[in-house]
Amino acid sequence: MTTTTTQPIELEDVRAATATDKRRVQKKELWRNRGLLLPAVVFLILLTQIPFLTTIGFSLTKWNLLYPNDRAFAGFDNYTSALTSGDLWPSIRATVLITAFSVTLAVLFGLLFAVLLDRQFRGRALARTLMITPFLIMPAAASLIWKYSMFDTNIGMINWVFRSLHLPVVAWSTEHPMATVVIVLTWQFTPFMMLILLAGLQGQDKGILEAAQVDGAGTWRTFTWITLPHLRMYIEIGVLLGSVIILQVFDPIAILTKGTGGTKTLAYLLYERAFIGLDVGQAAAYGVVTVVLTIIVATIALKSVFKVFMAGGSR
Amino acid sequence: MNSRNDTTSSTRSTRSARGALTTLVTWILVLIFFFPVFWMVLNGFKPESLASSVDPTFIFKPVTEGYQLAMDRGMAGYLQNSLTAAVIATIISVTLAIPAAYALSIRRVKNVENSLSFFISTRFMPLAAIVLPLFMIFKTIGLLDNIYMLGIVYGAMNLPVTVWMMRSFFLEVPYEIIEAARVDGAGMFREIVRIVLPLVLPGVAAAALISFIFAWNEYFLALLLTSSAARTTPPFLGSFVDGRGQFLAVLSAAATIAALPVILAGWAAQKQLVRGLSMGAIK
Repeated sequence: MTTTTTQPIELEDVRAATATDKRRVQKKELWRNRGLLLPAVVFLILLTQIPFLTTIGFSLTKWNLLYPNDRAFAGFDNYTSALTSGDLWPSIRATVLITAFSVTLAVLFGLLFAVLLDRQFRGRALARTLMITPFLIMPAAASLIWKYSMFDTNIGMINWVFRSLHLPVVAWSTEHPMATVVIVLTWQFTPFMMLILLAGLQGQDKGILEAAQVDGAGTWRTFTWITLPHLRMYIEIGVLLGSVIILQVFDPIAILTKGTGGTKTLAYLLYERAFIGLDVGQAAAYGVVTVVLTIIVATIALKSVFKVFMAGGSR
Repeated sequence: MNSRNDTTSSTRSTRSARGALTTLVTWILVLIFFFPVFWMVLNGFKPESLASSVDPTFIFKPVTEGYQLAMDRGMAGYLQNSLTAAVIATIISVTLAIPAAYALSIRRVKNVENSLSFFISTRFMPLAAIVLPLFMIFKTIGLLDNIYMLGIVYGAMNLPVTVWMMRSFFLEVPYEIIEAARVDGAGMFREIVRIVLPLVLPGVAAAALISFIFAWNEYFLALLLTSSAARTTPPFLGSFVDGRGQFLAVLSAAATIAALPVILAGWAAQKQLVRGLSMGAIK
Protein backbone atom coordinates (compact mmCIF):
# COMPACT_ATOMS: atom_id res chain seq x y z
CA MET A 1 0.00 0.00 0.00
CA THR A 2 2.71 2.44 1.04
CA THR A 3 4.94 1.56 -1.85
CA THR A 4 2.19 2.22 -4.36
CA THR A 5 1.56 5.70 -2.93
CA THR A 6 5.18 6.77 -2.55
CA GLN A 7 6.27 5.72 -5.98
CA PRO A 8 4.16 8.18 -7.95
CA ILE A 9 5.12 10.99 -5.61
CA GLU A 10 8.77 10.27 -6.16
CA LEU A 11 8.27 10.27 -9.90
CA GLU A 12 6.41 13.53 -9.74
CA ASP A 13 9.18 14.97 -7.66
CA VAL A 14 11.70 13.97 -10.25
CA ARG A 15 9.53 15.38 -13.00
CA ALA A 16 9.06 18.61 -11.11
CA ALA A 17 12.80 18.87 -10.48
CA THR A 18 13.66 18.41 -14.14
CA ALA A 19 10.97 20.87 -15.14
CA THR A 20 12.31 23.65 -12.92
CA ASP A 21 15.79 22.75 -14.05
CA LYS A 22 14.71 23.06 -17.65
CA ARG A 23 13.01 26.32 -16.90
CA ARG A 24 16.12 27.55 -15.14
CA VAL A 25 18.32 26.45 -18.02
CA GLN A 26 15.96 28.05 -20.50
CA LYS A 27 15.88 31.23 -18.52
CA LYS A 28 19.64 31.28 -18.29
CA GLU A 29 19.93 30.70 -21.99
CA LEU A 30 17.37 33.39 -22.72
CA TRP A 31 19.39 35.88 -20.72
CA ARG A 32 22.58 34.83 -22.44
CA ASN A 33 20.87 35.36 -25.79
CA ARG A 34 19.69 38.76 -24.68
CA GLY A 35 23.31 39.44 -23.80
CA LEU A 36 24.20 38.72 -27.41
CA LEU A 37 21.72 41.32 -28.59
CA LEU A 38 22.54 43.89 -25.97
CA PRO A 39 25.71 45.50 -27.41
CA ALA A 40 24.01 46.22 -30.75
CA VAL A 41 20.86 47.56 -29.12
CA VAL A 42 22.71 49.76 -26.61
CA PHE A 43 24.97 51.13 -29.34
CA LEU A 44 21.99 52.04 -31.50
CA ILE A 45 20.08 53.61 -28.62
CA LEU A 46 23.11 55.75 -27.76
CA LEU A 47 23.75 56.93 -31.28
CA THR A 48 20.30 57.12 -32.81
CA GLN A 49 17.35 56.92 -30.38
CA ILE A 50 18.79 59.31 -27.77
CA PRO A 51 19.88 61.86 -30.39
CA PHE A 52 16.41 61.64 -31.89
CA LEU A 53 14.75 62.35 -28.53
CA THR A 54 17.21 65.21 -28.10
CA THR A 55 16.18 66.55 -31.50
CA ILE A 56 12.58 66.64 -30.29
CA GLY A 57 13.82 68.55 -27.25
CA PHE A 58 15.73 71.02 -29.45
CA SER A 59 12.65 71.53 -31.59
CA LEU A 60 10.78 72.82 -28.55
CA THR A 61 13.54 75.29 -27.75
CA LYS A 62 14.21 78.82 -28.89
CA TRP A 63 17.85 78.47 -29.80
CA ASN A 64 19.88 80.35 -32.37
CA LEU A 65 23.66 79.97 -32.27
CA LEU A 66 24.01 83.64 -33.12
CA TYR A 67 22.42 84.47 -29.75
CA PRO A 68 23.66 81.61 -27.55
CA ASN A 69 22.47 83.25 -24.33
CA ASP A 70 18.92 83.74 -25.52
CA ARG A 71 17.93 80.10 -25.11
CA ALA A 72 14.54 79.17 -23.69
CA PHE A 73 11.67 76.75 -23.86
CA ALA A 74 9.50 77.74 -26.79
CA GLY A 75 6.71 75.20 -26.88
CA PHE A 76 5.52 74.68 -30.43
CA ASP A 77 6.77 78.07 -31.66
CA ASN A 78 9.28 76.48 -34.01
CA TYR A 79 6.54 74.39 -35.59
CA THR A 80 4.07 77.26 -35.94
CA SER A 81 6.73 79.53 -37.39
CA ALA A 82 7.74 76.73 -39.75
CA LEU A 83 4.16 76.57 -40.94
CA THR A 84 3.70 80.35 -41.23
CA SER A 85 7.12 81.22 -42.69
CA GLY A 86 6.14 79.42 -45.87
CA ASP A 87 9.23 77.20 -45.91
CA LEU A 88 7.70 73.99 -44.66
CA TRP A 89 4.97 73.20 -47.19
CA PRO A 90 7.06 73.80 -50.31
CA SER A 91 9.71 71.64 -48.74
CA ILE A 92 7.33 68.79 -47.95
CA ARG A 93 5.98 69.13 -51.47
CA ALA A 94 9.49 69.00 -52.96
CA THR A 95 10.42 65.97 -50.86
CA VAL A 96 7.25 64.04 -51.68
CA LEU A 97 7.28 64.92 -55.40
CA ILE A 98 10.95 64.09 -55.89
CA THR A 99 10.46 60.79 -54.05
CA ALA A 100 7.29 59.86 -55.91
CA PHE A 101 8.64 60.67 -59.39
CA SER A 102 12.03 59.07 -58.83
CA VAL A 103 10.68 55.89 -57.26
CA THR A 104 8.00 55.46 -59.94
CA LEU A 105 10.41 56.01 -62.81
CA ALA A 106 13.08 53.83 -61.21
CA VAL A 107 10.58 50.99 -60.78
CA LEU A 108 9.43 51.28 -64.42
CA PHE A 109 12.97 51.38 -65.82
CA GLY A 110 14.05 48.74 -63.33
CA LEU A 111 11.26 46.48 -64.53
CA LEU A 112 12.20 47.05 -68.16
CA PHE A 113 15.86 46.24 -67.54
CA ALA A 114 15.03 43.30 -65.28
CA VAL A 115 12.88 41.73 -68.01
CA LEU A 116 15.53 42.39 -70.65
CA LEU A 117 18.36 41.03 -68.51
CA ASP A 118 16.40 37.98 -67.38
CA ARG A 119 16.71 36.58 -70.90
CA GLN A 120 19.67 34.46 -71.91
CA PHE A 121 21.90 36.37 -74.28
CA ARG A 122 25.54 36.81 -75.08
CA GLY A 123 27.30 39.05 -72.56
CA ARG A 124 24.46 39.05 -70.06
CA ALA A 125 26.84 39.01 -67.08
CA LEU A 126 28.71 42.00 -68.46
CA ALA A 127 25.48 43.89 -69.18
CA ARG A 128 24.34 43.24 -65.63
CA THR A 129 27.65 44.41 -64.21
CA LEU A 130 27.49 47.63 -66.24
CA MET A 131 23.87 48.17 -65.19
CA ILE A 132 24.50 48.06 -61.44
CA THR A 133 27.32 50.61 -61.62
CA PRO A 134 25.16 53.78 -61.34
CA PHE A 135 23.93 52.57 -57.96
CA LEU A 136 27.45 51.90 -56.71
CA ILE A 137 29.02 55.15 -57.84
CA MET A 138 29.41 57.70 -55.05
CA PRO A 139 26.19 59.81 -55.15
CA ALA A 140 28.13 63.07 -54.86
CA ALA A 141 30.30 62.01 -57.81
CA ALA A 142 27.24 60.97 -59.82
CA SER A 143 25.53 64.32 -59.30
CA LEU A 144 28.67 66.21 -60.28
CA ILE A 145 29.23 64.15 -63.40
CA TRP A 146 25.63 64.71 -64.49
CA LYS A 147 25.78 68.42 -63.65
CA TYR A 148 28.85 69.15 -65.75
CA SER A 149 29.31 66.45 -68.36
CA MET A 150 25.61 65.77 -69.09
CA PHE A 151 23.40 68.77 -68.23
CA ASP A 152 25.80 71.68 -68.84
CA THR A 153 24.69 74.14 -71.53
CA ASN A 154 28.15 74.25 -73.16
CA ILE A 155 29.93 70.98 -72.52
CA GLY A 156 27.04 68.73 -71.51
CA MET A 157 26.40 65.71 -73.71
CA ILE A 158 22.61 66.05 -73.59
CA ASN A 159 22.83 69.53 -75.05
CA TRP A 160 25.37 68.34 -77.60
CA VAL A 161 22.79 65.78 -78.76
CA PHE A 162 20.10 68.51 -78.77
CA ARG A 163 22.33 70.81 -80.84
CA SER A 164 23.09 67.98 -83.26
CA LEU A 165 19.35 67.47 -83.72
CA HIS A 166 18.88 71.24 -84.12
CA LEU A 167 16.86 71.43 -80.93
CA PRO A 168 17.16 74.38 -78.55
CA VAL A 169 19.75 74.05 -75.79
CA VAL A 170 18.27 73.46 -72.32
CA ALA A 171 19.74 74.90 -69.12
CA TRP A 172 18.61 71.90 -67.11
CA SER A 173 19.32 72.88 -63.52
CA THR A 174 17.74 76.33 -63.83
CA GLU A 175 14.94 75.68 -66.35
CA HIS A 176 13.89 72.25 -65.07
CA PRO A 177 15.39 71.86 -61.59
CA MET A 178 12.91 69.20 -60.47
CA ALA A 179 13.44 67.13 -63.61
CA THR A 180 17.22 67.45 -63.20
CA VAL A 181 17.12 66.00 -59.70
CA VAL A 182 14.61 63.31 -60.67
CA ILE A 183 16.67 62.22 -63.69
CA VAL A 184 19.80 61.73 -61.60
CA LEU A 185 17.93 59.91 -58.83
CA THR A 186 16.13 57.71 -61.34
CA TRP A 187 19.45 56.88 -62.94
CA GLN A 188 20.91 55.92 -59.57
CA PHE A 189 17.95 53.90 -58.32
CA THR A 190 17.03 52.02 -61.50
CA PRO A 191 19.76 49.41 -60.83
CA PHE A 192 18.50 49.05 -57.26
CA MET A 193 14.97 48.28 -58.47
CA MET A 194 16.34 46.13 -61.29
CA LEU A 195 18.29 43.93 -58.87
CA ILE A 196 15.25 43.40 -56.65
CA LEU A 197 12.94 42.67 -59.61
CA LEU A 198 15.53 40.45 -61.27
CA ALA A 199 15.62 38.35 -58.11
CA GLY A 200 11.83 38.17 -58.35
CA LEU A 201 11.90 37.05 -61.97
CA GLN A 202 14.51 34.41 -61.23
CA GLY A 203 12.39 33.06 -58.40
CA GLN A 204 9.50 32.54 -60.75
CA ASP A 205 8.28 29.03 -61.48
CA LYS A 206 9.38 28.42 -65.07
CA GLY A 207 6.96 25.51 -65.41
CA ILE A 208 3.94 27.80 -65.03
CA LEU A 209 5.33 30.12 -67.70
CA GLU A 210 5.83 27.21 -70.09
CA ALA A 211 2.34 25.95 -69.38
CA ALA A 212 0.94 29.39 -70.18
CA GLN A 213 2.88 29.43 -73.45
CA VAL A 214 1.58 25.99 -74.35
CA ASP A 215 -1.97 27.13 -73.55
CA GLY A 216 -1.43 29.85 -76.13
CA ALA A 217 -1.23 32.85 -73.85
CA GLY A 218 0.89 35.44 -75.64
CA THR A 219 4.05 36.92 -74.17
CA TRP A 220 2.25 40.10 -73.09
CA ARG A 221 -0.63 38.24 -71.44
CA THR A 222 1.73 35.86 -69.68
CA PHE A 223 3.59 38.90 -68.41
CA THR A 224 0.56 40.83 -67.14
CA TRP A 225 -1.35 37.84 -65.78
CA ILE A 226 1.40 35.74 -64.28
CA THR A 227 4.68 37.60 -64.00
CA LEU A 228 3.40 40.95 -62.70
CA PRO A 229 1.28 39.50 -59.88
CA HIS A 230 4.26 37.35 -58.91
CA LEU A 231 6.47 40.45 -58.88
CA ARG A 232 4.07 42.42 -56.70
CA MET A 233 5.84 41.61 -53.46
CA TYR A 234 9.21 42.56 -54.96
CA ILE A 235 7.83 45.83 -56.33
CA GLU A 236 6.46 46.62 -52.87
CA ILE A 237 9.82 46.00 -51.21
CA GLY A 238 11.56 48.12 -53.83
CA VAL A 239 9.06 50.95 -53.42
CA LEU A 240 9.29 50.90 -49.62
CA LEU A 241 13.08 50.84 -49.42
CA GLY A 242 13.50 53.28 -52.30
CA SER A 243 10.99 55.74 -50.81
CA VAL A 244 12.53 55.69 -47.36
CA ILE A 245 16.00 56.33 -48.78
CA ILE A 246 14.94 59.03 -51.27
CA LEU A 247 12.81 60.86 -48.67
CA GLN A 248 16.10 61.77 -47.00
CA VAL A 249 17.68 62.90 -50.24
CA PHE A 250 20.38 65.53 -49.90
CA ASP A 251 23.36 64.96 -52.21
CA PRO A 252 21.84 65.76 -55.62
CA ILE A 253 20.02 68.79 -54.20
CA ALA A 254 23.18 70.22 -52.67
CA ILE A 255 25.15 69.66 -55.85
CA LEU A 256 22.67 70.18 -58.70
CA THR A 257 20.22 72.90 -57.61
CA LYS A 258 21.11 74.04 -54.07
CA GLY A 259 17.43 73.85 -53.32
CA THR A 260 16.31 76.32 -56.00
CA GLY A 261 13.23 75.97 -58.18
CA GLY A 262 11.07 73.93 -55.82
CA THR A 263 13.66 71.27 -55.03
CA LYS A 264 14.41 72.25 -51.43
CA THR A 265 13.87 68.91 -49.68
CA LEU A 266 13.48 68.69 -45.91
CA ALA A 267 17.04 67.42 -45.46
CA TYR A 268 18.37 70.39 -47.43
CA LEU A 269 16.12 72.85 -45.59
CA LEU A 270 17.38 71.52 -42.27
CA TYR A 271 20.97 71.90 -43.48
CA GLU A 272 20.28 75.51 -44.51
CA ARG A 273 18.50 76.48 -41.31
CA ALA A 274 21.04 74.84 -39.00
CA PHE A 275 24.37 75.35 -40.69
CA ILE A 276 23.80 78.57 -42.58
CA GLY A 277 21.00 80.15 -40.52
CA LEU A 278 22.40 78.67 -37.27
CA ASP A 279 18.84 78.30 -35.97
CA VAL A 280 19.06 75.01 -34.08
CA GLY A 281 15.49 75.04 -32.75
CA GLN A 282 13.93 75.66 -36.15
CA ALA A 283 16.17 73.11 -37.87
CA ALA A 284 15.31 70.49 -35.25
CA ALA A 285 11.63 71.04 -35.98
CA TYR A 286 12.32 70.23 -39.65
CA GLY A 287 14.18 67.11 -38.53
CA VAL A 288 11.13 65.96 -36.57
CA VAL A 289 8.86 66.69 -39.53
CA THR A 290 11.15 64.53 -41.70
CA VAL A 291 10.66 61.64 -39.28
CA VAL A 292 6.88 62.10 -39.25
CA LEU A 293 6.83 62.11 -43.04
CA THR A 294 9.00 58.99 -43.17
CA ILE A 295 6.71 57.25 -40.70
CA ILE A 296 3.63 58.14 -42.77
CA VAL A 297 5.17 56.88 -45.99
CA ALA A 298 6.68 53.83 -44.34
CA THR A 299 3.44 52.79 -42.63
CA ILE A 300 1.54 53.08 -45.88
CA ALA A 301 4.14 50.98 -47.64
CA LEU A 302 5.16 48.90 -44.65
CA LYS A 303 1.85 47.24 -43.81
CA SER A 304 2.12 44.66 -46.50
CA VAL A 305 5.87 44.63 -46.70
CA PHE A 306 6.64 43.91 -43.08
CA LYS A 307 4.77 40.65 -43.43
CA VAL A 308 7.07 39.80 -46.30
CA PHE A 309 10.15 40.62 -44.23
CA MET A 310 8.89 38.43 -41.43
CA ALA A 311 7.78 35.62 -43.71
CA GLY A 312 11.24 35.71 -45.27
CA GLY A 313 12.86 34.64 -42.08
CA SER A 314 11.13 33.12 -39.13
CA ARG A 315 12.18 29.68 -38.10
CA MET B 1 5.05 17.39 -94.66
CA ASN B 2 7.31 19.69 -96.57
CA SER B 3 5.21 22.78 -95.95
CA ARG B 4 4.96 21.92 -92.29
CA ASN B 5 8.73 21.73 -92.06
CA ASP B 6 8.93 25.09 -93.79
CA THR B 7 6.60 26.77 -91.33
CA THR B 8 8.43 25.46 -88.27
CA SER B 9 11.78 26.55 -89.62
CA SER B 10 10.38 29.94 -90.57
CA THR B 11 8.81 30.52 -87.13
CA ARG B 12 12.07 29.41 -85.62
CA SER B 13 14.01 31.88 -87.72
CA THR B 14 11.57 34.74 -86.98
CA ARG B 15 11.82 33.86 -83.32
CA SER B 16 15.61 33.93 -83.39
CA ALA B 17 15.51 37.14 -85.40
CA ARG B 18 13.27 38.66 -82.78
CA GLY B 19 15.63 37.38 -80.10
CA ALA B 20 18.61 38.98 -81.80
CA LEU B 21 16.70 42.24 -82.10
CA THR B 22 15.79 42.18 -78.39
CA THR B 23 19.41 41.52 -77.53
CA LEU B 24 20.48 44.45 -79.69
CA VAL B 25 17.92 46.76 -78.06
CA THR B 26 19.02 45.53 -74.62
CA TRP B 27 22.64 46.33 -75.35
CA ILE B 28 21.82 49.77 -76.76
CA LEU B 29 19.78 50.65 -73.66
CA VAL B 30 22.42 49.28 -71.29
CA LEU B 31 25.15 51.27 -73.04
CA ILE B 32 23.09 54.49 -72.97
CA PHE B 33 22.47 53.89 -69.31
CA PHE B 34 26.13 53.24 -68.61
CA PHE B 35 27.31 56.14 -70.76
CA PRO B 36 27.74 58.76 -67.98
CA VAL B 37 30.12 56.41 -66.15
CA PHE B 38 32.05 55.64 -69.34
CA TRP B 39 32.19 59.36 -70.14
CA MET B 40 33.48 60.14 -66.65
CA VAL B 41 36.34 57.66 -67.00
CA LEU B 42 37.14 58.92 -70.51
CA ASN B 43 37.12 62.60 -69.48
CA GLY B 44 39.47 61.85 -66.62
CA PHE B 45 42.15 60.88 -69.12
CA LYS B 46 41.72 63.92 -71.37
CA PRO B 47 43.72 67.11 -71.23
CA GLU B 48 41.51 69.85 -69.78
CA SER B 49 41.08 71.68 -73.08
CA LEU B 50 39.64 68.56 -74.72
CA ALA B 51 37.42 67.57 -71.75
CA SER B 52 35.87 71.03 -71.58
CA SER B 53 35.43 71.49 -75.31
CA VAL B 54 31.94 72.04 -76.68
CA ASP B 55 32.21 69.21 -79.19
CA PRO B 56 32.95 65.88 -77.53
CA THR B 57 36.12 63.99 -78.39
CA PHE B 58 36.13 60.22 -78.32
CA ILE B 59 39.59 59.50 -79.69
CA PHE B 60 42.55 61.21 -78.10
CA LYS B 61 45.94 60.56 -76.56
CA PRO B 62 45.26 59.73 -72.89
CA VAL B 63 47.08 61.81 -70.29
CA THR B 64 47.15 61.60 -66.49
CA GLU B 65 47.04 65.37 -66.06
CA GLY B 66 43.60 65.23 -64.44
CA TYR B 67 44.73 62.64 -61.90
CA GLN B 68 47.84 64.69 -61.19
CA LEU B 69 45.73 67.80 -60.54
CA ALA B 70 43.32 65.88 -58.29
CA MET B 71 46.23 64.65 -56.21
CA ASP B 72 47.67 68.18 -56.10
CA ARG B 73 44.43 69.27 -54.49
CA GLY B 74 45.23 66.93 -51.61
CA MET B 75 42.87 64.15 -52.60
CA ALA B 76 45.06 61.48 -50.99
CA GLY B 77 44.25 62.90 -47.55
CA TYR B 78 40.50 62.81 -48.18
CA LEU B 79 40.73 59.25 -49.48
CA GLN B 80 42.70 58.28 -46.38
CA ASN B 81 39.94 59.76 -44.17
CA SER B 82 37.21 58.00 -46.14
CA LEU B 83 39.08 54.73 -45.78
CA THR B 84 39.51 55.19 -42.02
CA ALA B 85 35.83 56.03 -41.47
CA ALA B 86 34.61 53.19 -43.70
CA VAL B 87 36.90 50.61 -42.06
CA ILE B 88 35.86 51.67 -38.54
CA ALA B 89 32.19 51.57 -39.55
CA THR B 90 32.61 48.12 -41.05
CA ILE B 91 34.47 46.70 -38.06
CA ILE B 92 31.89 48.08 -35.61
CA SER B 93 28.81 47.02 -37.53
CA VAL B 94 30.13 43.53 -38.30
CA THR B 95 31.38 42.85 -34.76
CA LEU B 96 28.13 43.96 -33.16
CA ALA B 97 25.95 42.35 -35.82
CA ILE B 98 27.39 38.84 -35.60
CA PRO B 99 26.19 38.11 -32.02
CA ALA B 100 22.92 39.98 -32.60
CA ALA B 101 22.12 38.17 -35.83
CA TYR B 102 23.12 34.89 -34.18
CA ALA B 103 20.72 35.49 -31.29
CA LEU B 104 17.95 36.46 -33.71
CA SER B 105 18.32 33.40 -35.89
CA ILE B 106 19.97 30.37 -34.32
CA ARG B 107 19.54 31.02 -30.62
CA ARG B 108 16.13 31.90 -29.32
CA VAL B 109 15.20 35.29 -27.99
CA LYS B 110 11.78 36.23 -26.72
CA ASN B 111 9.94 38.62 -29.01
CA VAL B 112 12.21 38.24 -32.01
CA GLU B 113 9.75 40.41 -33.92
CA ASN B 114 10.19 43.31 -31.52
CA SER B 115 13.95 43.22 -31.76
CA LEU B 116 13.81 42.97 -35.53
CA SER B 117 11.42 45.87 -35.88
CA PHE B 118 13.63 47.88 -33.55
CA PHE B 119 16.48 47.39 -35.99
CA ILE B 120 14.37 48.10 -39.03
CA SER B 121 12.92 51.29 -37.56
CA THR B 122 16.42 52.48 -36.71
CA ARG B 123 17.44 51.86 -40.29
CA PHE B 124 14.54 54.02 -41.45
CA MET B 125 15.40 56.85 -39.06
CA PRO B 126 16.38 59.82 -41.25
CA LEU B 127 19.90 61.07 -40.59
CA ALA B 128 18.39 64.56 -40.51
CA ALA B 129 16.65 63.58 -37.28
CA ILE B 130 19.86 62.80 -35.41
CA VAL B 131 22.52 65.06 -36.87
CA LEU B 132 21.89 68.18 -34.76
CA PRO B 133 22.40 66.60 -31.30
CA LEU B 134 25.41 64.68 -32.59
CA PHE B 135 26.86 67.93 -33.89
CA MET B 136 26.22 69.72 -30.58
CA ILE B 137 27.60 66.89 -28.45
CA PHE B 138 30.70 66.43 -30.58
CA LYS B 139 31.24 70.17 -30.56
CA THR B 140 30.94 70.35 -26.77
CA ILE B 141 33.38 67.52 -26.13
CA GLY B 142 35.74 68.65 -28.88
CA LEU B 143 35.21 65.69 -31.18
CA LEU B 144 33.81 67.56 -34.13
CA ASP B 145 35.90 67.09 -37.26
CA ASN B 146 37.19 63.81 -35.84
CA ILE B 147 37.37 60.96 -38.33
CA TYR B 148 37.03 58.23 -35.66
CA MET B 149 33.76 59.72 -34.42
CA LEU B 150 32.46 59.86 -37.98
CA GLY B 151 33.39 56.20 -38.38
CA ILE B 152 31.53 55.32 -35.16
CA VAL B 153 28.40 57.17 -36.34
CA TYR B 154 28.61 55.33 -39.66
CA GLY B 155 28.87 52.09 -37.69
CA ALA B 156 25.51 52.88 -36.08
CA MET B 157 24.07 53.90 -39.45
CA ASN B 158 25.05 50.55 -40.99
CA LEU B 159 24.37 48.25 -38.05
CA PRO B 160 20.65 47.58 -38.74
CA VAL B 161 21.30 46.59 -42.35
CA THR B 162 24.19 44.40 -41.28
CA VAL B 163 22.07 42.64 -38.63
CA TRP B 164 19.19 41.96 -41.03
CA MET B 165 21.44 40.86 -43.81
CA MET B 166 23.53 38.52 -41.65
CA ARG B 167 20.45 37.06 -40.06
CA SER B 168 19.24 35.99 -43.49
CA PHE B 169 22.52 34.11 -43.97
CA PHE B 170 22.44 32.63 -40.46
CA LEU B 171 18.94 31.29 -41.07
CA GLU B 172 20.35 29.18 -43.87
CA VAL B 173 22.68 27.23 -41.57
CA PRO B 174 21.18 23.76 -41.26
CA TYR B 175 19.85 23.32 -37.76
CA GLU B 176 21.17 19.74 -37.54
CA ILE B 177 24.75 21.01 -37.63
CA ILE B 178 24.18 23.32 -34.66
CA GLU B 179 22.27 20.65 -32.79
CA ALA B 180 25.10 18.19 -33.33
CA ALA B 181 27.55 20.72 -31.98
CA ARG B 182 25.38 21.29 -28.91
CA VAL B 183 25.15 17.57 -28.26
CA ASP B 184 28.92 17.46 -28.44
CA GLY B 185 28.85 20.03 -25.69
CA ALA B 186 30.29 22.92 -27.61
CA GLY B 187 29.97 26.15 -25.66
CA MET B 188 28.22 29.13 -27.14
CA PHE B 189 31.41 30.93 -28.07
CA ARG B 190 32.83 27.81 -29.70
CA GLU B 191 29.53 27.26 -31.44
CA ILE B 192 29.72 30.71 -33.02
CA VAL B 193 33.40 30.83 -33.88
CA ARG B 194 34.06 27.24 -34.87
CA ILE B 195 30.82 26.09 -36.39
CA VAL B 196 28.52 28.92 -37.44
CA LEU B 197 30.99 31.56 -38.63
CA PRO B 198 32.82 29.38 -41.16
CA LEU B 199 29.47 28.46 -42.69
CA VAL B 200 28.28 32.05 -43.02
CA LEU B 201 31.62 33.59 -43.92
CA PRO B 202 30.49 34.62 -47.44
CA GLY B 203 27.52 36.36 -45.84
CA VAL B 204 29.71 38.16 -43.32
CA ALA B 205 31.99 39.27 -46.13
CA ALA B 206 29.06 40.55 -48.16
CA ALA B 207 27.63 42.43 -45.17
CA ALA B 208 31.05 43.96 -44.55
CA LEU B 209 31.27 45.10 -48.17
CA ILE B 210 27.79 46.65 -48.03
CA SER B 211 28.70 48.43 -44.81
CA PHE B 212 31.90 49.71 -46.40
CA ILE B 213 30.05 50.95 -49.50
CA PHE B 214 27.45 52.93 -47.53
CA ALA B 215 30.09 54.55 -45.30
CA TRP B 216 32.41 55.36 -48.20
CA ASN B 217 29.65 57.07 -50.19
CA GLU B 218 28.02 59.04 -47.35
CA TYR B 219 27.86 62.80 -47.90
CA PHE B 220 25.34 64.46 -45.53
CA LEU B 221 26.92 63.56 -42.17
CA ALA B 222 30.41 63.98 -43.58
CA LEU B 223 29.58 67.50 -44.68
CA LEU B 224 28.11 68.47 -41.31
CA LEU B 225 30.33 66.61 -38.83
CA THR B 226 33.70 67.32 -40.45
CA SER B 227 35.34 70.52 -41.67
CA SER B 228 39.01 70.09 -42.52
CA ALA B 229 41.16 67.52 -40.71
CA ALA B 230 38.56 64.76 -40.98
CA ARG B 231 37.03 65.78 -44.34
CA THR B 232 36.18 62.75 -46.44
CA THR B 233 36.01 62.36 -50.21
CA PRO B 234 32.31 63.17 -50.91
CA PRO B 235 32.41 66.72 -49.44
CA PHE B 236 35.77 67.24 -51.17
CA LEU B 237 34.10 66.36 -54.48
CA GLY B 238 31.14 68.57 -53.58
CA SER B 239 33.49 71.53 -53.26
CA PHE B 240 34.06 71.38 -57.03
CA VAL B 241 30.65 73.01 -57.45
CA ASP B 242 32.12 76.35 -56.45
CA GLY B 243 34.96 75.96 -58.95
CA ARG B 244 35.82 78.55 -61.59
CA GLY B 245 37.16 78.02 -65.09
CA GLN B 246 37.59 74.64 -66.74
CA PHE B 247 37.74 71.67 -64.42
CA LEU B 248 35.90 68.77 -66.04
CA ALA B 249 39.03 66.64 -66.53
CA VAL B 250 40.23 66.98 -62.94
CA LEU B 251 36.68 66.54 -61.65
CA SER B 252 36.21 63.38 -63.74
CA ALA B 253 39.55 62.00 -62.59
CA ALA B 254 38.72 62.71 -58.94
CA ALA B 255 35.23 61.21 -59.30
CA THR B 256 36.71 58.12 -60.95
CA ILE B 257 39.19 57.59 -58.11
CA ALA B 258 36.44 58.16 -55.52
CA ALA B 259 33.98 55.80 -57.18
CA LEU B 260 36.39 53.03 -58.16
CA PRO B 261 36.82 51.18 -54.82
CA VAL B 262 33.08 50.87 -54.33
CA ILE B 263 32.40 49.92 -57.94
CA LEU B 264 34.97 47.13 -57.68
CA ALA B 265 33.64 46.02 -54.28
CA GLY B 266 30.08 46.05 -55.62
CA TRP B 267 31.02 44.06 -58.70
CA ALA B 268 32.75 41.53 -56.48
CA ALA B 269 29.73 41.25 -54.16
CA GLN B 270 27.22 41.31 -57.03
CA LYS B 271 25.49 38.09 -56.03
CA GLN B 272 24.95 39.23 -52.45
CA LEU B 273 24.20 42.83 -53.33
CA VAL B 274 20.46 42.41 -53.63
CA ARG B 275 20.31 40.73 -50.25
CA GLY B 276 22.15 43.63 -48.68
CA LEU B 277 20.00 46.25 -50.37
CA SER B 278 16.78 44.53 -49.40
CA MET B 279 18.02 43.99 -45.83
CA GLY B 280 17.95 40.23 -46.35
CA ALA B 281 14.33 40.13 -47.49
CA ILE B 282 15.30 38.90 -50.95
CA LYS B 283 17.89 36.26 -51.68
